[in-house]
Amino acid sequence: MAVSKIFGASIRRREDPRLITGQATYTDDLRLPGMVHACIVRSPHAHARIVEIDVEAARRHPGVVAVFTGRDIAGKLNPIPTAWLIPNSDLKTPPHPALAVDRVRYAGDGVAVVVAEDPYSARDAAALVRVEYAPLPAVVNQEQAVQSGAPQLHAEAPNNVAFTWKLAGGDANAAFAEAERGGVVVRQRFLNQRLIPNAIEPRSVVARYTSGSGDLTVWYTTQNPHIARFLMSVVTGIPEHKIRIVAPEVGGGFGSKIPFYADEAVVAFCARATGRPVKWTEERRENYQATIHGRDHITDLEIAARGDGTITGLRGKTWANLGAYLSTAAPGVPTILHGLMLTGCYTIPNIAYEVVGVFTSTTPVDAYRGAGRPEATFLIERMVDRIAGRLGMDPAEVRRKNFIRAEQFPYTTAEGLSYDSGNYAPALDKALDLIEYSRLREVQRQGPKDNRYLGIGLSTYVEICGLGPSAVAGAVGFQGGLWESATVRLHPTGKATAFTGASPHGQGEETTFAQLVSDELGLPIDDIEVVHGDTGAISMGWGTYGSRTTVVGGAAIALASRRVRDKAAKIAAHMLEAAEGDLAFEQGRFSVRGSPARSKTIQEVTLQAYLAWNLPAGVEPSLEASAYYDPSNFTFPFGTHAAVVKVDADTGQVELRRYVAVDDCGRVINPLIVDGQVHGGLVQGIAQALHEAAAYDANGQLLTGSMADYAVPRARMFPRFVTARTETPSPHNPIGVKGVGETGTIASTPAVVNAVLDALRPFGVTHIDMPLTPERIWTAIQKSAAPPAEARRQGAQQKDRR
Amino acid sequence: MKRTISVTVNGKKSSHDVEPRLLLVHYIRDTLGLTGTHVGCDTSNCGACTIMMNGRAVKACTLLAVQADGAQLQTVEGLANNGDLHPIQQGFWEEHGLQCGFCTPGMMMTALELLRRHPDPTETQIREGLEGNLCRCTGYQHIVNAIQNAAGKLRGVPARK
Repeated sequence: MAVSKIFGASIRRREDPRLITGQATYTDDLRLPGMVHACIVRSPHAHARIVEIDVEAARRHPGVVAVFTGRDIAGKLNPIPTAWLIPNSDLKTPPHPALAVDRVRYAGDGVAVVVAEDPYSARDAAALVRVEYAPLPAVVNQEQAVQSGAPQLHAEAPNNVAFTWKLAGGDANAAFAEAERGGVVVRQRFLNQRLIPNAIEPRSVVARYTSGSGDLTVWYTTQNPHIARFLMSVVTGIPEHKIRIVAPEVGGGFGSKIPFYADEAVVAFCARATGRPVKWTEERRENYQATIHGRDHITDLEIAARGDGTITGLRGKTWANLGAYLSTAAPGVPTILHGLMLTGCYTIPNIAYEVVGVFTSTTPVDAYRGAGRPEATFLIERMVDRIAGRLGMDPAEVRRKNFIRAEQFPYTTAEGLSYDSGNYAPALDKALDLIEYSRLREVQRQGPKDNRYLGIGLSTYVEICGLGPSAVAGAVGFQGGLWESATVRLHPTGKATAFTGASPHGQGEETTFAQLVSDELGLPIDDIEVVHGDTGAISMGWGTYGSRTTVVGGAAIALASRRVRDKAAKIAAHMLEAAEGDLAFEQGRFSVRGSPARSKTIQEVTLQAYLAWNLPAGVEPSLEASAYYDPSNFTFPFGTHAAVVKVDADTGQVELRRYVAVDDCGRVINPLIVDGQVHGGLVQGIAQALHEAAAYDANGQLLTGSMADYAVPRARMFPRFVTARTETPSPHNPIGVKGVGETGTIASTPAVVNAVLDALRPFGVTHIDMPLTPERIWTAIQKSAAPPAEARRQGAQQKDRR
Repeated sequence: MKRTISVTVNGKKSSHDVEPRLLLVHYIRDTLGLTGTHVGCDTSNCGACTIMMNGRAVKACTLLAVQADGAQLQTVEGLANNGDLHPIQQGFWEEHGLQCGFCTPGMMMTALELLRRHPDPTETQIREGLEGNLCRCTGYQHIVNAIQNAAGKLRGVPARK
């Protein structure tokens, strides 16, 4: 493994100059000759029959080019498919028409599209489309949706059940029977509330169809252009080789730009039908209704432990709200990505878990920032604290007691995963140290000041990253591979272009991948261009999500670079009239061992590779190589996060005073970028704990339908975060990395909730549903068994009653 | 009925006939072709469209183009001076103050206003000054660092650290 000053350096990002000068091109910045604008007419009802649609007034509106309804496109666009067919679950996949034909199933479901010469005219005309609806009863809550008598959304899915997925490892019932006899069992219902992704760039599509050649080019806000090309082909019937998908600058995704949306197919349809390039950009209000949401689990969970704090079993059931239709990855998120991580970083040998996926008349739910793993980590990390509370033990010690020990790796969990490597205790120690845990516990013992209660919360997490081995993807029903491609091409002048099938959109891989190429080939970093996000330039790829880009895509880049180096070495040996085995390669220079004056730079070798005047026998001209890296396992980053809060018992207000994140993401290519990834995730995870929640009324109307109503976190809500790392390389990844894109989100939510409930222990409060708003905290204190005065006397060290 | 407006944008005069309902941000993006100013919401919450109008930071999605008639406007494209990055741009670059970059132009224009009001801002002043700008990527900490860095450069003192 080559190690240079470049690998591990906090160098400034190479993508930034265009972004800070306003020169970057996002999809909505594109202007094509003859381009027209689409506006999608959406249902205001959560559930209704479409009686009639009258588009005549809209068609007559000045500037209107075309109006299409669901009936107009029925048969011309195939239904929007889901791409994760989880096995052994009786998964129902009711058709999802690109535009609703006779029934709408959520407020925001598209019913018609207007195409006009300018966006204002398109909007004006959309308001003239008259749709007569016959409203039907809506169902918003997944637990209610499976009851008999609930409104039925799809004939194909009786009782609105999309799937029932079960997981079992060990003998959970025996573990619980034992704990009931002589240990401790904690039961709790948890709500993992629905969140709205809110990438600051709304979704946008520009589609151009060239009738002469039959080519469709679509620029759009996607995290995975090659998957989009495949699904665009499936839905439009246009052959894959006639479709080019380009992801220009993409302004944040967080999972919300993974799915293939109906809207994208509709815009492509409009471009083909009108013969004009068509642009559609969603408004924020539309984004709230028609871009996927995340989370939304109701979970009944039980945990069993011995009297000494050894956790023996986990048993539970989750009702996962999937919304009105199955989005692209939706079935896999609350099952594979959630259930398989439930035992976290602990040796819990027995698990029984069931997930019921449920259709409701709400916006579809899919992968969002952590995707299933934050939900799992929240459950186990809350429960570990509850065990500690019941046994009167320190939460840090219960964690330490149950950790998978360093010598146990690779470790096979009760869920059947093989964790690649880990060393959990040093990360815990480091976090406890940085947060000054012992001192804070002492301060806490002295009791509150001014009725403000100190709370310390821990979260020791492990997550599954680097998605993933393709054979596993297939075994769990993902309708794709999860390997990644890379091509590294040296040009005659010694400059290089690296192509990746991953599709970063803010994560900085134009920089980190250039660091990898530079590290492997000794080229100056400014001589390396990284190209991504264009199916016309890159043969194949699976995109950016699941903290996979650097892990899988980066490994492919390194492997392709090494192949280039190997070929260059053959040519260099020929040029130097030396045996290949006698060459050393350092700082971009091949030299003969023992006589360093005999040397050739990689640039000199590259030129000869292209001139091909005198190549060694059997070596073809040019100097480029591709790698298709399919990982042998996932990677499992881990760490400990610690939060310190003060809760005002008079108002319920939480002040997050300190936050320490100790993450182990394996080897670090660019520490500055890794810190940035952690910070962003922290804000999301902390906001789920304290602020964010999507809310519907009983009729399926989204009450948090704009940035004025939904609590997107702001700068002043957070203290300065302290980040630190331990480094346990992945043993199977060619560059030792594990992924870091989602750790902050996954770890922080339970750390903060644990901190708040730690502060409330004197009141006997053991549970509050997220988000922990002042009103909920205040109410819990008022309802608590112990009045504040008594609570103060009792202190924080007694055992929880519940 | 269209109205004629004249504006000076980044030092360059422009005059157009516009619909009275045309939003200023659409005038800047679509009529003038300056697409560095972004639209992230329709409720003036996200701040991606922040520009300077007559020396004050405004949200261009909440103004009509006709309200800018006669105004001096500055957008992100006008921050650098003959190719030399503005200290705020340098700060954002050096401190990794951006990831996807979509909120960044608005963040930088807000920072311009913030540093005009508070040339040596405290961290709290910076965080409160960013109340009208949302970022979903960075967690804000590196944006705070970027603005501190820029403040140091503008005051002629070496960057903190």
